[in-house]
Amino acid sequence: MTGWRKGILGFLILLLTVIPGFGDAQQAPKGTIKIYTSWPMQGGMIPEGTAMKRAVDLAVEHSKGVVAGYRIQIVNLDDASPVTGTWDGTIEAENAQKAVADKDAMAYIGTYNSGAAKVSMPITNKAGLVQITPANTYPGLTKPGFEKGEPDIYRPSGQVNYFRTHAADDLQGGAGAAWSKCLGLKRIFVLDDRQLYGKGIADVFDQEARRLGLQVVGHEGVESTAIDFRALLTKVKAAKPDLVYGGFVIDSGGVQIIQQMKALGMFDGGMKFMGPDGLYSPGLVEQATPAAVNNNVYLTFPGLPPDQLPGDAAKRFYNDYKAKYKEEPIGWSLYAYQSTTVILDAVKRAGVKDRAKILSAVRNTKNFPGITGIFSFDKNGDTTVTDMAGYLVKDGKFQFLRVIGKDMKC
Amino acid sequence: MTAQEVFLQQLINGFTTGSYLALIALGYTMVYGIIGLINFAHGDIYALGFFVSLSLLSWMGVTSTLTGGQLVWAIPSVMLLTMLVTGLVNVSVDRIAYRPLRHAPRLAPLITAIGASFVLENIMQNWYGPSQVYYYNIFPTINLAPALLGPQSEILFTTKDIFLFAVTIPLMVALTLFVKHTKIGKSMRATAQDREAAQMMGINIERVIMTTFLIGGALAGAAGMVVGIYLNTGRYLMGFDAGLQAFTAAVVGGIGNIPGAVLGGYLIGFLSALSDQYLSAAWTRATVFALLILFLIFRPSGILGEQIPEKF
Repeated sequence: MTGWRKGILGFLILLLTVIPGFGDAQQAPKGTIKIYTSWPMQGGMIPEGTAMKRAVDLAVEHSKGVVAGYRIQIVNLDDASPVTGTWDGTIEAENAQKAVADKDAMAYIGTYNSGAAKVSMPITNKAGLVQITPANTYPGLTKPGFEKGEPDIYRPSGQVNYFRTHAADDLQGGAGAAWSKCLGLKRIFVLDDRQLYGKGIADVFDQEARRLGLQVVGHEGVESTAIDFRALLTKVKAAKPDLVYGGFVIDSGGVQIIQQMKALGMFDGGMKFMGPDGLYSPGLVEQATPAAVNNNVYLTFPGLPPDQLPGDAAKRFYNDYKAKYKEEPIGWSLYAYQSTTVILDAVKRAGVKDRAKILSAVRNTKNFPGITGIFSFDKNGDTTVTDMAGYLVKDGKFQFLRVIGKDMKC
Repeated sequence: MTAQEVFLQQLINGFTTGSYLALIALGYTMVYGIIGLINFAHGDIYALGFFVSLSLLSWMGVTSTLTGGQLVWAIPSVMLLTMLVTGLVNVSVDRIAYRPLRHAPRLAPLITAIGASFVLENIMQNWYGPSQVYYYNIFPTINLAPALLGPQSEILFTTKDIFLFAVTIPLMVALTLFVKHTKIGKSMRATAQDREAAQMMGINIERVIMTTFLIGGALAGAAGMVVGIYLNTGRYLMGFDAGLQAFTAAVVGGIGNIPGAVLGGYLIGFLSALSDQYLSAAWTRATVFALLILFLIFRPSGILGEQIPEKF
């Protein structure tokens, strides 16, 4: 090693030893609180996973990194398997165990996939560690009435430790059905990608549509990795629906369905497509082409998008995110930010590094000025704000049409 | 649409899907015939054809719908280049990953093939990103059904369907003629029959294997480009899915047998379309793989058989 290299190394070591020590002495005399995050950070999830991580970092930065005298440290874990690139139950379980075993861990932010939450929820619950999801929308995680035994099977300790700051799929599927009735779209063909999220939301839509007196002419599950859906769409076309409802996320076939509906001339006779927030991404327009989506695609979204949100908290998030990372905060990053602020607020109110006290502070979150509005948590751990937005794709952009909801009046 | 129209439309769908599956299946069957390896990376070569041709098109600035003369020079030239690239990549995969294991137990190259598949997938993922990718709509779409079947027909049979057939079918015919009537084709058949005896007769085995990988890769690359033009969409994982179906086609037709792979491709195409229509899309994959299992149990040599003395 030459002299100058030694010098640089010495300087780096000096930096490493001095700076954290300096910070501790000045601002965080009481030690460190760790917040674990866990969602896929590879494969198709790289853009969204990264955006969510950045949003969490931004929330910590907004609190100046120190809350109630504790330095806040984020431990970012990945619950995807390198083989498949999607979430893996074993890895998610390991992540949750890691957090539970760390004495400094006071909160667990995760997961992205509802299936993964089913694995980690009992683990954090037994340890009394608060868990808050930035993205899970499967209703059975918090509410009874879906799969047998839910949600108690996720709560072995009997108390609620899992929260979400956005509305679940039962509300979104219902809002979609009510909205299509208002739009006068009465014959409906339902498609889904057979995943927990896509099928879950499509099933709720299906049930609610029937309850509202709409005619569901078919319901099919597709292979989410396929790219050629012409044969299935021929069947849909022959059924002559007014609306095709698609329970998809951006990379599970919905894009191709819309593109090939256009190629088969299905939109020509006034047929429409409606999808949930999983398709709410700029990628939809880019990948399916503006010609296919414009004026043909309706989307529902639990909450308003960052750039449309009223209130200073929302503007601050949106502007600072864009300034810092030079791109739009996509998808669920908004909720990753909001979940982090809820936890930091609870730490502040609890004032001590104690899992039980912080958990109870989160549970008692009342009239919290979040970016999606002022909300509290109900007894299941769900947000009290359930307003959703209905969009139409127009000129290659998502144009906000109206506030929608399960019990909306036309 | 009347019930007859729906059936006819599904036959068209099955025929188009079958055409590109058959083209991919040929690569599986040829490589298997020569070295007894199921080349799992072959599906990814098809996806690579999609991305290479897309890059070439955008590099040449060909991004909008072409007309007249442009169609005649742009598509064939891009296709030839794409086929050359994917063919050479396939040869390199063989050279780097399979050739050192030529005399190893059969499981070793099989696992290497799965590894090669992951490497290719990750390269494409880093290259074009993990999302769906839009492929330029360069081929004009005109519905020919009203002219053929009368104006009241709701069938969709477009110039793009014709394009798909016009590329895939001649390629399949050309391959068959090549293997039957050229000297190198003859040495391929000899190698498939008995590698050691062929070597003793003075056939350069490695050169035959190289040619096989080159042709198989080129055909898969062509299929990738055709599907891009036809569906205008793709994704780095598209080869995995298509590869599984094409592999099934090759087995059903009789692995190692060229007309068998083509027949198998069309069979899978029709079966998928009809199952989507009359069963349920959720059962289509199960139907296709049930067919594979039935063949493996009751007729492991496929429809046309392995045809040992006349493998190609």
